[in-house]
Amino acid sequence: MSEPQLVVTDLHVAYGPIKALRGVTLHANEGQTVAVLGANGSGKTTLLRAISNMLARSQGSVRINGADTAGVPAHRLVREGLLHVPEGRGTIGRLSVRENLRLAYDLRPTRQSFEAALELVFARFPRMSERLGQLAGSLSGGEQQMLTLARAIVNRPRLLLVDEPSLGLSPVMVDEAFAVLREFQTSGMTILIVEQNVRKTLSFAHEGYILRQGQIVASGSGAELLRDPAILSHYLGAS
Amino acid sequence: MSQDLLFLTGVNILMAWSVYIILLSGSLSFANGGFMALGAYAAGVLTVKWGMNFYAALALAGIGTGLVGALLAYPALRTRGVYLILVTVGLSFIIQTLIQNTDYVGGVRGMTGMMGTTNWHVWGLIAIVGVGLFWLSRSHLQRQLDAVREDERVAASLGIDVVYLKVVCFAVGAGLAAIAGGLYSHYMVFINPDHFNIFVSIYVVLYVVLGGVNNFIGPVIGASVMTLLPELVRGLQSYRPLIFGVVIIVLLLVRPNGLLSFRLRTLGAHKEGGA
Repeated sequence: MSEPQLVVTDLHVAYGPIKALRGVTLHANEGQTVAVLGANGSGKTTLLRAISNMLARSQGSVRINGADTAGVPAHRLVREGLLHVPEGRGTIGRLSVRENLRLAYDLRPTRQSFEAALELVFARFPRMSERLGQLAGSLSGGEQQMLTLARAIVNRPRLLLVDEPSLGLSPVMVDEAFAVLREFQTSGMTILIVEQNVRKTLSFAHEGYILRQGQIVASGSGAELLRDPAILSHYLGAS
Repeated sequence: MSQDLLFLTGVNILMAWSVYIILLSGSLSFANGGFMALGAYAAGVLTVKWGMNFYAALALAGIGTGLVGALLAYPALRTRGVYLILVTVGLSFIIQTLIQNTDYVGGVRGMTGMMGTTNWHVWGLIAIVGVGLFWLSRSHLQRQLDAVREDERVAASLGIDVVYLKVVCFAVGAGLAAIAGGLYSHYMVFINPDHFNIFVSIYVVLYVVLGGVNNFIGPVIGASVMTLLPELVRGLQSYRPLIFGVVIIVLLLVRPNGLLSFRLRTLGAHKEGGA
């Protein structure tokens, strides 16, 4: 049997004396959606940044497609098919919407033309076609979030890391964001998602991990975790 | 306009672009007066003491200083914002002091014998660099640089090699400042380390900030206005710095983003969407 697409083993990350991750181990098989849930400050964002090599790890290993990523610069991982959609505004405000998308396209050109990729974006987010010439910085928060997800449509990563896609969105927009993620899931993309919205996330994730103070305290299939009342208390941080 | 003034304006435009190029990747450099000195002296030594051809000396001074710039950039660019500014200010002082204490190039007494620069050289180079910057402003590279300048983390998450772009910009900017310095020394015939003190670096940054940081024409306007304006008030010679200062404050109040603040559109970004 081949190794899962993403294997994280005993990962430690420290910000100076503060240990943000203390031995995280998890994996994601190809095409799987894996959710990492946890309260604020539990280390979720740190975990994603460590996987995409935006942060240096102090111990442990991350393997993507069987290769250890230690020392591989973040930008090279992106070109090899990893896309990290950062929390909040992952857009370049001084560039137009079109330029933001073009940026994502150029750095990992696919066989389809940019125009064809744009059509896919419009099919999913009709509003993006109206906003194409507008500066990304002038979009509403929800539209900016759309744009970060639209970048993933253009970029076609094999492994997608998503940091709190529902953050600061209206309920309708949250539904829309998850609908897009479901489409990615159906297309066979491996997704590692970090979220606070437990119900929504677990109902579409294959596997879930609960992160608490830098450690995995529970794991299981999405459905299992949803049924387990203990995870809610963990999630809320009660001891 | 006198030959000298035309020359000075041209050199200042090149210097403003050298700061602009470094600023493309988000770093503000107050070391360009120092790089200008390195180029002025290096080219001078090559032509006067080694008898090298003028053009070859300029090219070599530019490339050499560019490499020095890249070498300095690696550690310097680990700092950000105001700390990077302090580091570049420090570089400016270090370079000046080094030259003051190098007897081979005359130390504080200065160096003489360089000649050969004409206004054709300066304005020819401006044309070449201008075409290059115009091409850049419409290229894919410009988009990547804009991304780096706005948010390095997001840029890296998009697959942009942030460190590489920053080092390259720093090196190219340093190299251009050096060539401007070489042209300067071979026009002035005599130079001493005082010609390249920290005020040179500060003025050049002001040209860019006042002219506009978002397109390559802004620095040209800034450098031209700030070079020519003081000439208009020649009679008030001793009030020059005062007038200069007042203009800066007024401009920053009235047009905080510089005289020309628009950004040129990159290619592949031209077709407008629906609305």
